[in-house]
Amino acid sequence: MATTAEGFDAHHEDHAAHDHADHKPAFFARWFMSTNHKDIGTLYLIFAIIAGIIGGAISGLMRAELGAPGLQVMGDVVNFLGGDGASFDQQGHMWNVLITAHGLIMVFFMVMPAMIGGFGNWFVPLMIGAPDMAFPRMNNVSFWLTVVGFISLLFSLFVPGGTGMGAGVGWTVYAPLSTTGSVGPAVDFAIFSLHLAGAGSILGATNFITTIFNMRAPGMTLHKMPLFVWSVLVTAFLLLLALPVLAAAITMLLTDRNFGTTFFDPAGGGDPVLYQHLFWFFGHPEVYIMILPGFGMISQIVATFSRKPVFGYLGMAYAMVAIGVVGFVVWAHHMYTVGLDVNTKMYFTAATMVIAVPTGIKIFSWIATMWGGSLEFKSPMVWAMGFIFLFTVGGVTGVVLANGGIDDNLHDTYYVVAHFHYVLSMGAVFSMFAGFYYWFPKMSGRWHSEFLSHVHFWLFFIGVNVIFFPMHFLGLQGMARRYPDFTPAFSYWNEIATYGYMIMAGSMIVFFVNIGYALFAGKRAPGNYWGEGATTLEWSLSSPPPFHQFETLPVIEDHHSPDDHISEKPATA
Amino acid sequence: MESIDAMNFGAIARKKLNLLALMVMAAFTLSAVPQAVLAQSGEVVQAATAEAEETLVTEAEAAGFDYYGPEMIKGQPTSSEEDLWKSMNFQDQYTETGQYALWMHDAILIPMVFIISIFVLFLLMWVMFRYNKRANTVPSKTSHNTVIEVIWTVIPVLILVVIAVPSISLLADQYETPPEDAITIKANGYQWYWGYEYLDNGGFEVISNMMPESDALDAGLPPQLAVDNRMVVPVGVPIRLQTFGADVIHSFGVPSLWFKIDAVPGRINEKMLIIEEPGIYYGQCMELCGARHGYMPIAIEARPLAEYNAWVQSQPGGMTRAQIEAEEAAAAMPAPAADDTVEVEGVRPPVSSMEDAPIAGEARTQDTSPTT
Repeated sequence: MATTAEGFDAHHEDHAAHDHADHKPAFFARWFMSTNHKDIGTLYLIFAIIAGIIGGAISGLMRAELGAPGLQVMGDVVNFLGGDGASFDQQGHMWNVLITAHGLIMVFFMVMPAMIGGFGNWFVPLMIGAPDMAFPRMNNVSFWLTVVGFISLLFSLFVPGGTGMGAGVGWTVYAPLSTTGSVGPAVDFAIFSLHLAGAGSILGATNFITTIFNMRAPGMTLHKMPLFVWSVLVTAFLLLLALPVLAAAITMLLTDRNFGTTFFDPAGGGDPVLYQHLFWFFGHPEVYIMILPGFGMISQIVATFSRKPVFGYLGMAYAMVAIGVVGFVVWAHHMYTVGLDVNTKMYFTAATMVIAVPTGIKIFSWIATMWGGSLEFKSPMVWAMGFIFLFTVGGVTGVVLANGGIDDNLHDTYYVVAHFHYVLSMGAVFSMFAGFYYWFPKMSGRWHSEFLSHVHFWLFFIGVNVIFFPMHFLGLQGMARRYPDFTPAFSYWNEIATYGYMIMAGSMIVFFVNIGYALFAGKRAPGNYWGEGATTLEWSLSSPPPFHQFETLPVIEDHHSPDDHISEKPATA
Repeated sequence: MESIDAMNFGAIARKKLNLLALMVMAAFTLSAVPQAVLAQSGEVVQAATAEAEETLVTEAEAAGFDYYGPEMIKGQPTSSEEDLWKSMNFQDQYTETGQYALWMHDAILIPMVFIISIFVLFLLMWVMFRYNKRANTVPSKTSHNTVIEVIWTVIPVLILVVIAVPSISLLADQYETPPEDAITIKANGYQWYWGYEYLDNGGFEVISNMMPESDALDAGLPPQLAVDNRMVVPVGVPIRLQTFGADVIHSFGVPSLWFKIDAVPGRINEKMLIIEEPGIYYGQCMELCGARHGYMPIAIEARPLAEYNAWVQSQPGGMTRAQIEAEEAAAAMPAPAADDTVEVEGVRPPVSSMEDAPIAGEARTQDTSPTT
């Protein structure tokens, strides 16, 4: 990559000299009416952490329930949430509510806000040398829509949803369980929550696309953009194309539920499988929406701590584009058992396996970036290396599941749970922690403890593997997903997984202690605290950056190829 | 530049080593606890089994049909204390496509999974060892190498082709159309139980609920998998298994038969099933269907055809193929005419692969091991 801080040094001015650049509004105006991309990014990160605590606590309840055969925890949960002497059905329903809430919270209110809302908002403008996002006020709307969506989802827990309180339909909200199968307003609130979060994401996606296309600093061509910006650009397109399909599908659910339509009801000529096609046409790009920004962050981090440019920059960028494109034509591999035609199933088997190729290119390019480098194992780097290995493990089990004939036995078993937690709970979450430790001093101006970060890594690494690796065994043995209870033969590996949760939960305490330590006692961080390996534009600014940065646009000098002209005019400030 | 946290990786690793060792020990100790607990409960279950078998036999005899006891269970999960290795793998397979799929998984996919994972792990270990800051102080500036990039694009493609060939042929096998004379059984998913309709045997429906846990333990059957009325099917002959969802989507999944197909309202899904050995095969509902999703198991009892026919006749309205054909033939017969000889043209010959139905009493004495 030709984008270097050196190229910028010659042109940038000392921001500390500009007092007006750091003029901040008062508290309420700053945090509740914010139009500043960095403040909104901070809000998103705080929101994602809160949602992550709630979603993580729910998974704790789930692991506690699954620690042994029988129903032991669900009754207490029902009573805690205002029930009285939980019936058997209410307990089973509460289980379904928890798995639904865990999935929706982690996908829509933890990973997406953290990746795109948090890191995207913070660092896309910084990395392309822009003063802010293209539509600052719309940025604020995106955030608050997400918050209201989250409140709507939490509210659904306290209203009737059929056999108990809350929406117990799974994060996929399959009809007809979510229409005729769930009486009461809970599912309506859950659907409305998705509408709000989805609208927020669509607005955010348009904002990112506009920003990246129009507000790059002079000299920063698309092919010189940092890979994190590339990843957010591809992600924004996926959001823009996929989320409206989800919005349509869940709106049809709402009208089926409330206004007598029968889109998904065979009694009126509808088809429940239509809903699944619509959902997964959104749902599969969604899983790439969750992981692509992580790919981008890992690329930045690996290059920084290898003190080498990213290997195969163009290949890396276009691998992400390829993953995004192919990601739209593989959705029915989530539906291998609904009764697909044999040719359809063969097509989706082949198409799904194709995704392994660009993903492999990325894995090998990261390793090639490290090859010949001068590696420093700071906390972001150990998280990144953990990511590369665990994402590979999740990726190869994905190739196993891609085979329609093999999936016949693994579909809706714990093998699938293990697979998608390896790519999300270890892929996406590891990249988020890597990004967090990479940029936390940049965002806060204060150092976290490297020691605690490493302790966090190792405990988390052991914990999540102990949770999720045994789930492969359970899935092979045939244990179904979304079961609160199981035959005693499944006890052993379930109990191990529950111990793994405890280790993982312990590691999160270390994480929060580390944040507290950094905020209250951390050393001040300089502008470029990672040294010469950190070459993108955010490292040319102070830590934290001034409230308004790049009032004079940086100019990216062309070190390498004289053929690369400035192709687009920079936006006028 | 201000020097940042001075601790390098090695120093941290050494400091952490004690902690790690403690944790590993703790993990081992903790994992020993459930093993001990399970070992005890396993003994209890075995004791209950021996006691219960007698009562089960007498009840079944009273009902006129001898259902299989726990010793005939073939398809069920294996607990780790019984066989740790088996508890980490697929269940044994009792269909031809299942055995092919299992072979493909074990011989092609598992090696692929391990080789790629270990290869990536090895590369990561190597760069950590060879290219850390102390071993390699000056980083190279290499950022392109077309040859290597082509290699790591082409080799994964070749690996995928190797996987795709058996995968596609497996799919083709799984979609083989059942022959015309296959026995049609329709599994209806209800909230929250299964109903098995025997469409070719008089159309009666067997309602199958989960057995309460205490009853299952008394009978020596696995709790949450055992049912009150099993789905009895013939062994060794093609079954046209259809699924249908009566209220919401359910899924008919039996791990030991490599069989899973959704039961969707408004459509009938169909797939051929040929079970190779007599026995009991357990499965469960595999699609979230509401509060008792976890409590609507499937139990298939595969019997030799003659015993199946005997069972069919013991059901209200149950008729064997031969009986139905005989009845149809009788109905198609014209009213007795003056002629001595009656030639009937409309009667179909008996379907070749189906044996003539034995009458109920004879069922157990006949040798009717599957021929296909």
